[in-house]
Amino acid sequence: MINFIKIICTGIYSKRWLLARRTVQLFILLAFLYQLPLIGDIATGNLSSSEWFGTIPLTDPFILLQSFLAGSSLAYPALIGGLIVAAFYAIFGGRIYCSWVCPINMLTDVAYWFRQRFGIKSNLSISKGLRKAILLLALLLSFSAGTLAWEIVNPITLFQRELMWASISGSLFLLGLFFFDLLVSRRGWCGHICPVGAFYGFLGHFGRLRITADKLESCAGSACSACIKVCPEPHVLVPVVSQKGNKVISGDCTRCGACLDKCSTGALSMKMDLGHRRSFKNIPIVTKK
Amino acid sequence: MRNKTELNPDKTEPERRTAFKQIFRRFGVAVVGTLAGHAMLRSRPAISAEIIRPPGALPEPAFDSTCIRCGLCVEDCPYDILKLASWTDDAPVGTPFFVAREDPCRMCADIPCARACPTGALDPLLTDIRKADMGVAVLVGHETCLNYKGMSCSICWRVCPIRDEAITLETIKNAKGTLQIPTVHSDRCTGCGTCEKHCVLSETAIRVLPRKLGLGQPGRNSAGRDKV
Repeated sequence: MINFIKIICTGIYSKRWLLARRTVQLFILLAFLYQLPLIGDIATGNLSSSEWFGTIPLTDPFILLQSFLAGSSLAYPALIGGLIVAAFYAIFGGRIYCSWVCPINMLTDVAYWFRQRFGIKSNLSISKGLRKAILLLALLLSFSAGTLAWEIVNPITLFQRELMWASISGSLFLLGLFFFDLLVSRRGWCGHICPVGAFYGFLGHFGRLRITADKLESCAGSACSACIKVCPEPHVLVPVVSQKGNKVISGDCTRCGACLDKCSTGALSMKMDLGHRRSFKNIPIVTKK
Repeated sequence: MRNKTELNPDKTEPERRTAFKQIFRRFGVAVVGTLAGHAMLRSRPAISAEIIRPPGALPEPAFDSTCIRCGLCVEDCPYDILKLASWTDDAPVGTPFFVAREDPCRMCADIPCARACPTGALDPLLTDIRKADMGVAVLVGHETCLNYKGMSCSICWRVCPIRDEAITLETIKNAKGTLQIPTVHSDRCTGCGTCEKHCVLSETAIRVLPRKLGLGQPGRNSAGRDKV
């Protein structure tokens, strides 16, 4: 019996970040659908703009930027909401959105899980620069055509519309996206195509919540690389594993915590990094090659 | 490119040249992508005349750029008439609309949909629902309208929330006898669509149309005679 509890506890502990993430994602998704008995609506709207507990406006800064470029004059509830969200991600790290909020992440994670489970190796390698190019195009097209260009395809709000209004057009697109990640390209959508991720990567470039290697001496380095194997954006961990730095400073890090779940040596932790960029063992941190 | 130079150190390209090549390639991608994407966006079908925006909506190109597709108006509509457009609807994806024949606007006095809009795509300064302009009702089926046939259906006149102002019955005498012709007054009609919803014909004889489609405009010279 005690053994059984022990197994469950270690099981939970070894997936603590994943479970926390799923809880937050599901809470945010369900907050739009259900009401609390005394408080009423938790959130109304959708992930492009919402109102929490009937008072706090939250707006996606990327959609607001498209709207602004398309020629709208910014009105204040949306602008305040956009500033709140932008400030949060700028302080803590932009792509927290990708792994803790975005519902598409659950879809692509399931696709990735199936990929591992069935050993699907086929992989169309796509340049990491593609999502930046799509981001640039989305902004240019918003400006030139006077519409919110990315919102025509954006699967994030599409997903919520499908859930809330229970229509089926667009579900096929989401299905296509799932199979794209499953069969065509590993971590293809979130890691290479989605301009929302690219936008939040730029926004949170200096985000201070960082994966930190406190005890780098206990890290086995490239001999282990368990963290890199589970990381959805493996390139961000390279400086740490190759012992060139003690922090993940790339804006592409989604703070999903997969590396923390996997790391058996306890070398990694997630911390607010308020100090300056320190070098490790007199080796300066390499940011860009 | 980098690999090449590493393999053949003799044939190194000047760093500036590779940089320029990269800049040009990116510039090319941006230009081609913008042109192709712009052409695709421009070739979208026009918004169908059946699509009616909620009260206070900005005129169309401005609405498309200002609305952020959040659906707050949809959730605040007490009669659940609004819907966000999906790919199969004839409106920009994610924008709110209603179809009058299915469910018309009930013209709430407090205009909750416009109050909910965070961006001003639905005008927050609209306080009097009777000043809303969602379109204009037009009696299009002169051959099928029962009142034109000499009967006194007059359902459009009876259900109109601004009865006797937006729609009046005008008496006309002709060969068929005395007709009560439902007549829409475009300066009072808000385009709520209640008349369209309640028309008893299988295909409605009175429709809400965008003002541009529904109304004639005077020509350059004033028509008609002055006082004799």
